[in-house]
Amino acid sequence: MSSPSPSPTTTPAVPVEPKNYLNCETGVRSWLLTRDHKRIGLMFLACVTAALFLGGLFAMLIRIELLTPDETIMSAQTYNRMFTLHGVVMIFLFMIPAIPSGFGNFVLPMMIGAEDVAFPRLNLASWYIYLAGAAFALWGMVHGGADTGWTFYTPYSTTTFTKVVPILLGAFIIGFSSIATGINFIVTVHTMRGPGLTWNKLPLFVWSIYATSIIQVLATPILGITVLLTAIEHAFGFGIFDPAHGGDPVLFQHMFWFYSHPAVYIMVLPAMAVMSEIVPTFARKNIFGYKAIAYSSVGIALVGFFAWGHHLFTSGQSTFNAGVFGVISMIVGVFTAIKVFNWVGTLYKGRIRFSTPFAYFCGFIYLLVFGGMTGVALATVSLDVHWQDTYFVIAHFHFIMVGATLMAFLAALHYWFPKMFGRTYSEGWGLVAASLIILGFNATFIPQFLLGNAGMPRRYWSYPAEFQALNVASTAGASLLAFGFLTILVYLTIALFYGEKVGRNPWGSRGYEWNSPSPPPKHNFDSPQVFDHPPHDYDSEGHEPEMQTEVHGGTEVHGDDGAKR
Amino acid sequence: MAEHVEAHEHGHEEHHPRLQHHFQDMRTQQHAARLGMWLFLATEILLFGGLFCAYSYYRTLFPEAWKECSKHLNRPFGLLETFDLITSSFTMVLAIHFTRIGNRKLSVLMLLATATMGFGFLGLHGYEYYHEWLEGALPGKYYHFEEVTATGAPMFYAVYFLMTGLHSAHVFIGGVVLLVLTYLTAKGNYDASYDHPLDLGGLYWHLVDLIWIFLFPLLYLV
Repeated sequence: MSSPSPSPTTTPAVPVEPKNYLNCETGVRSWLLTRDHKRIGLMFLACVTAALFLGGLFAMLIRIELLTPDETIMSAQTYNRMFTLHGVVMIFLFMIPAIPSGFGNFVLPMMIGAEDVAFPRLNLASWYIYLAGAAFALWGMVHGGADTGWTFYTPYSTTTFTKVVPILLGAFIIGFSSIATGINFIVTVHTMRGPGLTWNKLPLFVWSIYATSIIQVLATPILGITVLLTAIEHAFGFGIFDPAHGGDPVLFQHMFWFYSHPAVYIMVLPAMAVMSEIVPTFARKNIFGYKAIAYSSVGIALVGFFAWGHHLFTSGQSTFNAGVFGVISMIVGVFTAIKVFNWVGTLYKGRIRFSTPFAYFCGFIYLLVFGGMTGVALATVSLDVHWQDTYFVIAHFHFIMVGATLMAFLAALHYWFPKMFGRTYSEGWGLVAASLIILGFNATFIPQFLLGNAGMPRRYWSYPAEFQALNVASTAGASLLAFGFLTILVYLTIALFYGEKVGRNPWGSRGYEWNSPSPPPKHNFDSPQVFDHPPHDYDSEGHEPEMQTEVHGGTEVHGDDGAKR
Repeated sequence: MAEHVEAHEHGHEEHHPRLQHHFQDMRTQQHAARLGMWLFLATEILLFGGLFCAYSYYRTLFPEAWKECSKHLNRPFGLLETFDLITSSFTMVLAIHFTRIGNRKLSVLMLLATATMGFGFLGLHGYEYYHEWLEGALPGKYYHFEEVTATGAPMFYAVYFLMTGLHSAHVFIGGVVLLVLTYLTAKGNYDASYDHPLDLGGLYWHLVDLIWIFLFPLLYLV
């Protein structure tokens, strides 16, 4: 706090729109040089949304190609590039930064009552690093692409003639953006919590993002050195991963998955973070098992580091190692189940309001449970040998990692949209789009479970004719999904400009970030925050939160609970 | 909520000019900066960790090559480089000490000495690389080193060049950081009340030094 704030209750009713973070400064320059975590969050959201549509375009092209057993619209070589680019764009440009760098940046400082993250300049730098990495990767895509799959397995990736080096360097650079965000959040949570906000009062979103940040900081450097080595190997032939020079390609797999397995928790822990906010808000009930949810996030982060070997069951790993990695992988399932039970426990006897974010929660919990159970099945070594590299694995990770993250991304977008822009969207269209997305997602990937179980291998351009019916079903589902996304794009764009204006707390949430006006002022709150109640607290005496849908100025009640005390 | 405003207004009397608006006081700001630096150092260790992994894996596979190739590295030079870096860590500590007791001149001198030793290290190591280049020990497709015949010798040199190369890149970055800090110290930016940029630069420099302390025995003294 740089200066004492004037008492907020004396604000007169004035017709002019109050200054907020969006209109306090204008012009492109004020955005490109901003250090405001909210603006940086929005810039990240714009970029990851563009990446989502680009990756989605690649996905649609893959699905169209697979409509027929042989060539439909592209050659086998183009197909190989398509699935590689789909994976690279979706993982490195969309899923990893989407929730932490986008929504995390926007709401995390507000949730702990801070004016900004600990290192605002580093925060802006992380956006530029992301852009630089994306530029490298896109340059490589335009000039030849890569055909290795997003996993870049050696020795193929070190010998292919396609442009793997710029794409690898793109991934290397984006890694630093991820590290910068992780460091920033850890330090922010440690040093910038508002008065009275102890660790056990932190909103569950913060706990989960904190756990994510630990993984980002500790795992990403390993990816950095791995892709750097692969790029060096491709360019100079050092032979570290090349059997011809005495190197070992399995070492690459170990190093790659030491990052890339924890990376799936970089994607799914933020999804769990979002859901832990949405469940109590829309059930209007205290979160059940706060500590269990909080600590299980940290548990997933720690155990997730020791599960990477389940990607190498068929790579010549000893049976004993495979068994150990299998069991460790299942422990992740235990932590996830703890969360699921607690969320469901929160819903029990709650007063559920079935709004758009809650619809996505329903999709999320279904995908998480079924994706998770197929995960436990895949962690069983004897079963995995049958499913290794089939569409069963594809469907599994699209359910748990992609599905859960996507549901959470859309839920977060709808949940915090009013906070970000001070306007709301059409609830009817929101529910329509949510149904399209959830149905489309299932229609896309349930056939793939069946295809994989029947033995269809992943990454193949052609397939036996008996697989065609299920492939057509999957493509039909994908077009439903695409249609859902376009619907969202249309109504949210309209809402951005013409949506109905809302007050500070349209959902009646107890989350601390809703104490700020919508959209928030530049330094987040119009009065200093005091954290005298636990997060997600809906039933303490005198703490019944009001829905505040009225617009700024005029009659708005400041500090909904404060006024009642 | 107005009654809470006063309770929150602490630390406004001694408002340090370097205090950023979003921190409540100088101590928190410095704590945050140090914590951030330690986390960054952890990422550095893990970055090298991948290479240490490769090192131990291939050393187990090719123990003979490791023994023989290690003898072909220039041990006296390696020792000299080790002394050079350890001494530079000492002068770095002295630089911070002199800033804290207000002796700017000596602090600048010590920082310059540290940077010089850093770039000196690069010179010494460059000389080693030059010799290895002449011998044909550059890894990958340039490798044509005849003297060592043990299986896996090219792998030793690949690992050696990757580890020392990544380390030298860090020494170079550290050297540049030190020069910037020297300039800022000479300009009078730091004093006893505000010295944590020096502290952070020092932490980074010590890490670079520490990694070399592991690299030297692992590569030169097999």
